[in-house]
Amino acid sequence: MFNLRKFWQSSSGLHLKDYHKEQSTQQPVRKLTAANASELVIPLQQHSGHKPKIIVKAGDFVYKGQCLAEAEGVISVPVHASTSGRIQAIEERPIAHPSGLTDLCVILIPDGQDNWGDQRLVPIKNYAEASATVLRERVSQAGIVGLGGAVFPSAIKLNVPESVQLTTLVINGAECEPYITCDDLLMREQASEIITGCLIMLRALHEHAPSQGLECLIGIEDNKPQAIQAMQVAAEHTKDTRIKIVPVPTQYPTGGERQLIHILTGREVPSGRRPTDIGVLCHNVATARAIYQAVVLGQPLISRYVTVTGKGVVQPQNFDVPIGLSMHTLIQAAGGYTSKAKRLIMGGSMMGVALPTDQIPVVKATNCLWVSEQATEAITLPCIRCGQCAEACPVNLLPQQLYWHARARNLEKVEQHHIFDCIECGCCAYVCPSHIPLVDYYRYAKADIYAQREAREKADLARERHDFHQERLERAKREKAEKLAKHKEVAQTKTSQDDKQAAIQAALERAKAKKAQQAAPAPSATAAEDKPA
Amino acid sequence: MMFGTKTSPYMHAPQSVGQVMAQVIYALVPGTLVLLWFFGWGVVTNLLLGLGFALGLEALMLKLRQRPLIPFLTDYSALVTGWLLAVALPPYAPWWLLLIAMVFAIVIAKHLYGGLGYNPFNPAMVGYAAVLVSFPIEMTSWPTPELTSIGNISLSETLQQVFLGGISTWDGLTQATPLDTIKTHLRLGETVEQIRQGQAFGWIAGQGWEWVSLAWLAGGLWLIYRKIISWHIPVALIAALAGMSMMFWLINPHSYSSPLFHLVSGATILGAFFIATDPVSASTTPLGKLLYAGGIGCFTYIIRVWGNYPDAIAFAVLIMNMAVPLLDTYTQPRVYGTKGRFGL
Repeated sequence: MFNLRKFWQSSSGLHLKDYHKEQSTQQPVRKLTAANASELVIPLQQHSGHKPKIIVKAGDFVYKGQCLAEAEGVISVPVHASTSGRIQAIEERPIAHPSGLTDLCVILIPDGQDNWGDQRLVPIKNYAEASATVLRERVSQAGIVGLGGAVFPSAIKLNVPESVQLTTLVINGAECEPYITCDDLLMREQASEIITGCLIMLRALHEHAPSQGLECLIGIEDNKPQAIQAMQVAAEHTKDTRIKIVPVPTQYPTGGERQLIHILTGREVPSGRRPTDIGVLCHNVATARAIYQAVVLGQPLISRYVTVTGKGVVQPQNFDVPIGLSMHTLIQAAGGYTSKAKRLIMGGSMMGVALPTDQIPVVKATNCLWVSEQATEAITLPCIRCGQCAEACPVNLLPQQLYWHARARNLEKVEQHHIFDCIECGCCAYVCPSHIPLVDYYRYAKADIYAQREAREKADLARERHDFHQERLERAKREKAEKLAKHKEVAQTKTSQDDKQAAIQAALERAKAKKAQQAAPAPSATAAEDKPA
Repeated sequence: MMFGTKTSPYMHAPQSVGQVMAQVIYALVPGTLVLLWFFGWGVVTNLLLGLGFALGLEALMLKLRQRPLIPFLTDYSALVTGWLLAVALPPYAPWWLLLIAMVFAIVIAKHLYGGLGYNPFNPAMVGYAAVLVSFPIEMTSWPTPELTSIGNISLSETLQQVFLGGISTWDGLTQATPLDTIKTHLRLGETVEQIRQGQAFGWIAGQGWEWVSLAWLAGGLWLIYRKIISWHIPVALIAALAGMSMMFWLINPHSYSSPLFHLVSGATILGAFFIATDPVSASTTPLGKLLYAGGIGCFTYIIRVWGNYPDAIAFAVLIMNMAVPLLDTYTQPRVYGTKGRFGL
């Protein structure tokens, strides 16, 4: 099956001469233990969604794998202790954010024992017979999130709506971004665990599978021949025909979820919708392995593979790092900084986040630390509309037009040019001969549109309230007026009735008087008095 | 240890506007050398004066507009404009003609609209059109290749022609271009075959013009190979012009020139690969480029055949420049995951 499968290659994206991956793939992964660390800083918020609820307090002793905070709200996962020790404090510490933002973290002082105690979850050995609910429950319990970078709770992704019929489970092993090699090493070293993770996911999704079974496509860029080889062997070993290893062309950003789905299945995820809408679900290889560890071994997600690379570190390589370990300690494990170290980036060279300091803990989202040398900053020239950005854009946007309208703050036009389909991969900014920081303009325009929408919603609400208030006042006024009018009418009716009656009375009396007159002439004064007023 | 922060991406292709423009200049070299072979020193004076005026005016305008000199002079865009105009104007053009053309190109068409990247009209073609309508005699008297080819006119004669108001024998050394000849003689009732007996014609078009066009073509193909320009504009321009001329030539070959004649005459090839492809003033979407260049091809034919000017690339380019904002708006490509223009 090697190379026989068809894929849908796109002409856009980047073909780089050097992906800078060799420097960190020369050695096997080194496991770092948390036991000797002076402290672990474990942020509560390591996933996208709601912050979990803390269930330990300062001074508590915790075992390795013990739950520190439990999921609260729908989109949430727990966090666990990466080693055994005592909780020193629960306080705000800097997290991985370019601004040096702080967030609530559990500070754990390891006792050096790395003791699991009784905290391991009960292994589900017969996962092939387990129910989807049990498996999802376990994935959630183990704190597993998407390790490709989005850190979205995996259990929620696996909880496919009942009406959805899936055709394909895509496992993302593309790892297209320059410098990052943690998935490459994971596939070389833990291929069978990844494949088992895939089988568990296939089981968890079996209710949504067509009769012939769900297809599981593992896409790996062809610049990782050793990973492809190892995965091939592991897949053949299972004798499960649903799993197929598909080498895909090396071309950034093949590892984007939507891009990989298109390359592997030829189908596009409609704009603004999810892959499940076209019967596809996508997970990362590292997530698959974490699911294996949670289900088969009963281990929560307390460590991950991290690439430490770049000209700024002495010994670039991959590590198996406990969550919460300081990035400083990790860099030291890679031999420390070289004199060229100028910038610390979490993630790769195209979409990573530049960090101001290394006194920040490794979290579930930390796939790579790239210490770069100083790049020569070129001066930004005006856009010459050369269109190279449009040729590079994997989504087929017109970056030059987006830039033009974003600069003019013409947000309506920006939206018409599909800004929300932009995945911020950075291809346009990479090729721009004028060195315009295009992605910054798009981030800015997106934030501006969100702010405007929010302001509009608030204004709408305020106007609604005002209109309602106005309406109520008017109604009160109207009701009052109506009441008054009714009263008046009633009063008027009364008087007119009195008049009529008086007239009738008078007429009757006149008739009586006439009769009386005819009978016997009465004094004239009486007749005069009888005249109606 | 504190690190500097910045937003992604942190890598950049080793490419700059200056490098893009420099490659355009390299691609102009072969055609310019062939021109030099056929027309002699006049090509050199055109080029030196053109480049000098272009750079000087660019620097002056940058100064007046309080823009930094070095980054904008080293983007080489003024050199490209100067070079294109210098090879588009007749060799041995008087210095003031070049100066006026450059003022229109660099000062009016480029900097008064906001400088690099902001000009809606192709600067070189604005300069060309301005002097063509103002000085038709100077603009239509092209040297005769046989008489002026390299070595036939001395450097001192050249300088006299360019700076001192001309040499006495000049009228004998020039002639109308083939496009012009065809047009005038067709109006006198001659057929294309009769006209082509004249001395100005080579095996397809004017003497020497075939070689000049081939050299421009070589440079243009190299630009496509280097991905500096895309194939859309040259192909659509040439296809539209060839299509139009083919249609009328098939109807009446006595009154209309052949498609091949149109392709190698005048500025067709230079225009298709170097002028219409100016990214700033051209459409930027794939479909937009096809329509834009197709329009230029059609207008070129219409103006050449029924208009009053011998060549038409400049006017056709300027007309289509005006349509670019409209083309860009209505030719957005289909974005991933969305339905296209026709719901496809």
